Amino acid sequence: MSFESLILFKCYLITAPVLFVIGIYAIGTTRNIIAMIIGLEIMTKGVTVLLAAAGYFNGKPQIVEPLIITMIVVEVVILTISAAYIINIVKKHDSLDTHNINKLKG
Amino acid sequence: MDLMYVHILLLALLVIFSVLAAVNLRIIRAAILLATVSLVTTFILFALKTPLAAIFELSVCAGLITVIFISVISLTNPLTREERADEKTKMFKRAVLLPVIVLVCGGAFYMLTKGVDFIPVAAGAVSKPEQGGMWNMRQLDLVGQVIIILAGVFGVAALFKDNKDDGGEK
Repeated sequence: MSFESLILFKCYLITAPVLFVIGIYAIGTTRNIIAMIIGLEIMTKGVTVLLAAAGYFNGKPQIVEPLIITMIVVEVVILTISAAYIINIVKKHDSLDTHNINKLKG
Repeated sequence: MDLMYVHILLLALLVIFSVLAAVNLRIIRAAILLATVSLVTTFILFALKTPLAAIFELSVCAGLITVIFISVISLTNPLTREERADEKTKMFKRAVLLPVIVLVCGGAFYMLTKGVDFIPVAAGAVSKPEQGGMWNMRQLDLVGQVIIILAGVFGVAALFKDNKDDGGEK
């Protein structure tokens, strides 16, 4: 039983950083702002999974539960503010391409 | 043993849907795939005995965030023809390169985990989650969450505020 848990723990330990890498790749290879935010979301999914696995394999899932919920709240607030920024940027530059957003005020 | 296969299947689905969301050119499809990723994460959180977090993940990440994404996509202009053509040339490269990167990183992380000597608690021995951990043990988190939500509300209100000076300049 413990051997199974170790294999499972290692599976989580491998998957979470892989998700983080996928998110970084998604952010790095696109010029679309919305696609970048999607990459950020994938990265946070990796962190969520790792947190939950850490709690489960330590035998105390109830400790990490509030941390995950706090992270989800932070995620939503970041996304909402990003959405507001994106709408303002599109109003001003009429493009979602980051290469076209090169004029700074001031 | 069966439980282990369920976990591994869910993790594989998580990686596959994440790769699809990352390489997809159509943002609306990518947003829907991201909702699917959230759905799979919900199942994983249920399997890892964090049901409250799983419900939050399902309602907020798979529901609210998808709605926000689709609203933003519908409020903004789609890519121009030139931008889309430029992206399409990179699509094939991205679709081939990302799975290769995932495999290489997976192998590298597997090699790194070989040295881990942590002895995890047996899956069957994890206690049933205590109810009220959020309210009894981590009340300060709730205050932090309220402050973060308020900061978000003020941020959005400030961003959508009508700036008369800017209007005058135009």
